[in-house]
Amino acid sequence: MARAATTQRKAIVTVAAWIVGIAIFFPILWIVILSFKSEGDAIRTPLEVLRAQWTLESYTTVQERSNYLRHFWNSVVLSVGSTLIGLIIAVPAAWAMAFVPGKRTKDVLMWMLSTKMLPPVGVLVPIYLIFRDLGLLDSRVGLVIVLTLINLPIIIWMLYTYFREIPGEILEAARMDGATLRDEILYVLTPMAVPGIASTLLLNIILAWNEAFWTLNLTAAKAAPLTAFIASYSSPEGLFYAKLSAASTMAIAPILIMGWFSQKQLVRGLTFGAVK
Amino acid sequence: MKHSIRALMGACAVSALATAALAETTITVATVNNGDMIRMQSMMEDFYAQHPDIKVEWVTLEENVLRQRVTQDVATNGGQFDVMTIGNYEVPIWGARGWLMPLTDLPADYKVDDLLPSIRSALSVDGSLYALPFYGESAMVMYRTDLAEQAGVSLPDQPTWAQIKEAAAKMTDKDAGIYGICLRGKPGWGENMAFISAMANSYGARWFDMSWEPEFDSAPWQAAFKDYLDLMTNYGPPGASSNGFNENLSLFQQGKCGMWIDATVAAGFVTDPEESSVAENVGYAVFPNKDGVDNHGNWLWSWNLGIPKSTDAPEAAEAFVTWATGPHYTQLVAEKQGWRAAPPGTRKSLYENATYLAEAPFATLTKETMDAATPEKPSVQDVPYVGAQFVSIPEFQGIGTAVGQQFSAALAGQMDADTALKNAQMLTQREMTKAGYIK
Repeated sequence: MARAATTQRKAIVTVAAWIVGIAIFFPILWIVILSFKSEGDAIRTPLEVLRAQWTLESYTTVQERSNYLRHFWNSVVLSVGSTLIGLIIAVPAAWAMAFVPGKRTKDVLMWMLSTKMLPPVGVLVPIYLIFRDLGLLDSRVGLVIVLTLINLPIIIWMLYTYFREIPGEILEAARMDGATLRDEILYVLTPMAVPGIASTLLLNIILAWNEAFWTLNLTAAKAAPLTAFIASYSSPEGLFYAKLSAASTMAIAPILIMGWFSQKQLVRGLTFGAVK
Repeated sequence: MKHSIRALMGACAVSALATAALAETTITVATVNNGDMIRMQSMMEDFYAQHPDIKVEWVTLEENVLRQRVTQDVATNGGQFDVMTIGNYEVPIWGARGWLMPLTDLPADYKVDDLLPSIRSALSVDGSLYALPFYGESAMVMYRTDLAEQAGVSLPDQPTWAQIKEAAAKMTDKDAGIYGICLRGKPGWGENMAFISAMANSYGARWFDMSWEPEFDSAPWQAAFKDYLDLMTNYGPPGASSNGFNENLSLFQQGKCGMWIDATVAAGFVTDPEESSVAENVGYAVFPNKDGVDNHGNWLWSWNLGIPKSTDAPEAAEAFVTWATGPHYTQLVAEKQGWRAAPPGTRKSLYENATYLAEAPFATLTKETMDAATPEKPSVQDVPYVGAQFVSIPEFQGIGTAVGQQFSAALAGQMDADTALKNAQMLTQREMTKAGYIK
């Protein structure tokens, strides 16, 4: 009896999970479907869209009109670059907060998180003017700095929560064996925390890849990543749904593939780490 | 050994000179994503043949993103763009503030006198041009001739709003999914407010009186807005409060609208047989007016190329804007893609070209509506501002959108017409007082 009830409960939970999963994924699936339809067909009713002929014409147009590879390469440099620099700063910071907490550690952590609560548009003009004066507008260096800074609180928080799970005695033992601070972080802490660092790295690459406010506002032609590539296919006058869908599919495909292959690490990082 | 050193030095000198001769100027052009602008990007070979020393980098953006990006750049003297695509709303404001370079000594082959007078005046400050027009548009009625015939409706060339209402009633067949009229309802100064402002103009209303007091409580505004709601509630498509240009375009192309009143540029889309299922059955008429009001409320919009003061390559930028908006470019597009694709609404000569008139059935009406547009006097009453479907003051973007939200909410049934007009009056008055217009 109890077994039957458990099976029934499992079935309900499974069905509910599938419904939620499909509901979340459906818009992406619809974008992919529209990208293989002609502009004329893409605006029809859903059933007519599904019945309409499949075509690659939107992909051909997008390839002809835009330099996809340049945007793609900019996205790779910005997301990987900002995440790596963020990790280099965040690992020692999280170590200090997790293993040598001071009186104000909790306050510092909360203060860092509070910077995420400020609407970015509030600091757009000052940052724009600083970038103009330093000659950093439309440069990958400038954007890597901004993306590093805006994602740093999340990286530190994730690593901090992860490091707190590691027993401090192990580090103490290393110290007693004569390990210096550098050795302790590099050869004892980091190898033990690899799964946590990996999931932090993956999540932050995704966040930086999808960042659309600063990447749109601080770039023009040279440093524009895939977010700017998508924005160039939207239009308030004229038909563009199929081309916009093709551009969106091309922009999200790399990160979707990366997410698919690293889903175990991502789920582990999300459930074990910051949002436990 | 000495000889080889000399030869090496000589080679270095020659290559240095050659590099200097080949040094190219790169200009960055910020532009909007629409058919005509994208077409220009495919014509660049011709420009490079004429100017091998100039390289053009394109930044194509959606209209709202573009507007925010270029405003931010020009206002902060950012210098990210050498050429900006801007509307005739921005040009006079930016020109007066000294943000744009005046275009005073244009080459003779540019034929500046060939520009349509209404467009030229909309882009000038104190007689000097501050941007060159790429294409222009007004508004008109597009209707299904087959549906009109079936319903026994004959729409005159210059219909009144009463005739539009009658035609909408007759063409509506909700069971068959056909709605008599499709109009903009999505909130935004360039969305529903462009249409509703033009409609109000044709009712004799105005945004502000001569002391900048808003006039939403006036009888013409009340009549215009109530008729708009009445038309859309009884004969419009469901969910019209979220319909903008694109949504109405797709409804019309799918045969779901009897009439659509919107930008003249739409005529090219609805008559394209590859995209439109009603391409063969489209008729045109002038933007309607209210009985007894001698004003068709024509709007005037143009996309223009301006050069910000912050550019570090003004000569190259000017070479590009004169090429892209000059008569040679129109000829080039016609040769490569046919006259129907020529950028409309900027030059008189285009409307004197018999081939163009034959290939584009909507051309004559486009020209007539553009000629009839009077942004300096958009209403039959005197106004203190310039602009047909907008008011050319910097505060209008914010005010127009806030009023648009009230009107869109009324269309969605969240409030009645009187409340929406009262709210519009209140918020406009507050903003205009804050901005110092109302003393």
